[in-house]
Amino acid sequence: MHAPLLADFQRITPTLKVIADTERLKPFETDAFISHRALPLCAVLPESEAQVVEILKACNARGVPLVTRGAGTGISGGAIPLENGVLAVLSRMKQILAVDPAARTARVQPGVANAAVTKAAAPFGLFYAPDPSSQIVCSIGGNVAENAGGVHCLKYGLTVHNVLRIRVVALNGDILEIGSAALDAPGYDLLALMHGSEGLLGLITEVTVKLTPEPEYIETLLAAFPSVTDAANAVNSIIGAGVIPAALEMMDKMVINACEKFMSAGFPLDAEALLLIELDGAPEEVAEYLATVEAILRASHAQEIRRACDDTEREKLWKSRKGAFAALATICPDYYTMDGTIPRRCLPEVLARYAQLGAEFGMMIANVFHAGDGNLHPVIFYDAAKPGEMARSEELGGKLLEICIEVGGTITGEHGVGIEKLKQMCVQFRESELAMFHVIKAVFDPEGLLNPGRAVPELKRCSEWGGMHVRGGEIPRADMPRF
Amino acid sequence: MDAIVSSISERIRDAAAAKTPLSIHGGNSKAFYGGAIVGEPLDMRPYSGIIEYEPKELVLTVRAGTTLVEIESVMDRASQMLPFEPPHFADGSTIGGTVAAGLSGPRRPYTGAVRDFVLGTRILSGKGDDLRFGGRVIKNVAGYDVSRLMTGAMGTLGVLLDLSFKVLPKPVAELTLRFEFEEAMAIRQFNEWAGKPLPISATSWFQGVAMLRLSGAAAGVKAARQKLGGELVADEAGPLFWRSVRDQRAAFFQSTAPLLRLSVPPTTMPLALMTPHWIEWGGAVRWLSGAADLSMLREKIASVGGHVTLFRHGDKADGVFNPLQPVLAKIHRELKTAFDPENILNRGRMDNF
Repeated sequence: MHAPLLADFQRITPTLKVIADTERLKPFETDAFISHRALPLCAVLPESEAQVVEILKACNARGVPLVTRGAGTGISGGAIPLENGVLAVLSRMKQILAVDPAARTARVQPGVANAAVTKAAAPFGLFYAPDPSSQIVCSIGGNVAENAGGVHCLKYGLTVHNVLRIRVVALNGDILEIGSAALDAPGYDLLALMHGSEGLLGLITEVTVKLTPEPEYIETLLAAFPSVTDAANAVNSIIGAGVIPAALEMMDKMVINACEKFMSAGFPLDAEALLLIELDGAPEEVAEYLATVEAILRASHAQEIRRACDDTEREKLWKSRKGAFAALATICPDYYTMDGTIPRRCLPEVLARYAQLGAEFGMMIANVFHAGDGNLHPVIFYDAAKPGEMARSEELGGKLLEICIEVGGTITGEHGVGIEKLKQMCVQFRESELAMFHVIKAVFDPEGLLNPGRAVPELKRCSEWGGMHVRGGEIPRADMPRF
Repeated sequence: MDAIVSSISERIRDAAAAKTPLSIHGGNSKAFYGGAIVGEPLDMRPYSGIIEYEPKELVLTVRAGTTLVEIESVMDRASQMLPFEPPHFADGSTIGGTVAAGLSGPRRPYTGAVRDFVLGTRILSGKGDDLRFGGRVIKNVAGYDVSRLMTGAMGTLGVLLDLSFKVLPKPVAELTLRFEFEEAMAIRQFNEWAGKPLPISATSWFQGVAMLRLSGAAAGVKAARQKLGGELVADEAGPLFWRSVRDQRAAFFQSTAPLLRLSVPPTTMPLALMTPHWIEWGGAVRWLSGAADLSMLREKIASVGGHVTLFRHGDKADGVFNPLQPVLAKIHRELKTAFDPENILNRGRMDNF
């Protein structure tokens, strides 16, 4: 409780919904990084930009930190409250303000669900392209804050490629209009800077997104392979042949079995790896690409190639892919999902090294991921009931990410750093670069009150962890539990 | 190459200590663009060459001083392209200058801008620090997106060293169609087409003639051509025309009158402009050739949600770039100070904050 701040909120915006009792704060104690929890001083649920301005001014005046949250689907812990801070929940700001079919744009409040934008655009033959697996629930404000991806970003881009303009409230209450309804805006590209800034630079109160014409025709293929290497080679050959599929997803045997058991998608159980390939465009164009892709799949030793014969079958295939993580929970309830990106040519090597490390740790690793982007999502299974297992899964996860850095990749392709990957940030970036990130934050938030301690590690923490690293990583990160 | 980087870094440190500005340049093909040039020239052309290019990865990493001509000839052999179709204002145009100026060509509204394809940068800050941001992979959300922040910053935030891009296969088939449309009709038609799944890759309108380029798989382009009608432009004339638009070689752009770039929402109806104008980017860019009261024009364009750049010629004292809102100008000044505390890198080239 922070009585003066609560009094501020009530005095300035009497209609603002404030939650300050433990019982009703419980639902907000974590995001989707569920192992870590904290109760904030209070949660505020603004309904307008004017209320957001007042909330920020009050926090700034009292020096109270603030964490912003949308639907709470983030899986790197970036929206977990701070015990000494306020949690701003933007889910009540969920109006679609305008859809302009002629200009192919939609102007929405930050709490609008990703899929709701596409639903509003559908009558005009348009859609909002980025489609994270949580799209039915996750909200646009969070999508911008995390620069969310999805299964179709190889062809259609990430959130940063599909947003034209945002309104942001800075800590001091200033309203920043960033980007424009034109294709560019004068000055530095602050729009790009805000994407993926994980709530550290300001609060997003409005987003104008770009809408894309629905493709005329879609063809979805499933290809089964006798080995992961064959499947990975097929991925590279398809892209090497000049075809950019709308989606190019891969899953290994463990995932195939889990999906089959859980959802009966009709996946071939004797395969070591599956590719799910979507081609879209004009029917004539898709037919041309289809012939190329089928020839490559056969030459890459595909043991089975199946075409979705209608929309129902295609939806079933995608449901199985997007439900893969739920299916994996049927194998083992405790698992930990990683999110590194690597150069695509390293796929066979990296997957082999993952398997080897898993064997060394005595832990199973499953792989279901965006192969076209080289964005891996290895899933580590462990038993939370066994003492020390969680810490070991965390240690293994850290090693998997470090392999990504070693081959020239990154520790996070689309899930964000949050609290989860702070330690690996110290490996990926040098001190001078991290220092620059802190200076950038200070430009927008000189008091360091917006989501402090997330996304960018403090330099002194890096040197502490660096010391730990030298000693062999034997000391668990006690302050950062995760599932 | 390490020796070149060390020597540039040293020059930056010396310049910072003496507070004397440096003017970063490559081929000098965009020297006309942006605020007036001050300072000692820092020639980036020796820092040149392709660092890594594996076509199957769709990723290219290159040194800033490399010419577009060299990059495109290498990519040609792999049937790939820089998807933002950068302008070549001269043969010596470099990739570093392209990213710094943030300029994209006719393909921009349909495929993306240079900022959309930048994946990573290595820069020297105004303190001479060697910093790397982003990477060489297509998806990366670790750290703030400083690479894209560098794009279009006119070299005011850092000296660009290495640049990584996502690249794309070249379309197998391409053709150009010609239509006779009045201005309002052209704008309406461009927007209507853009709302449909058509393989459009460029649009242009000037003096009653609209041009449309289709790119993609042969079958897709053929099907779209049948749907759209129009008059097919002869094989060689199409690419020539688009190059003249991209590089501003057409007579309209070659005039010595002030050339103004109006960036507006694409559906903005004709602006009742007295001076000759050329429309690009599906209606989102209107080029104006001739004298204009810049502040009045800026007010008018702001009211439709756009902004105005004094692109070439004219009096730079009126401000090359559209003035920023005061709150944004303050952030710009502080970002500039964060990267370049002594204000030595391309001082004044971005003149709106």
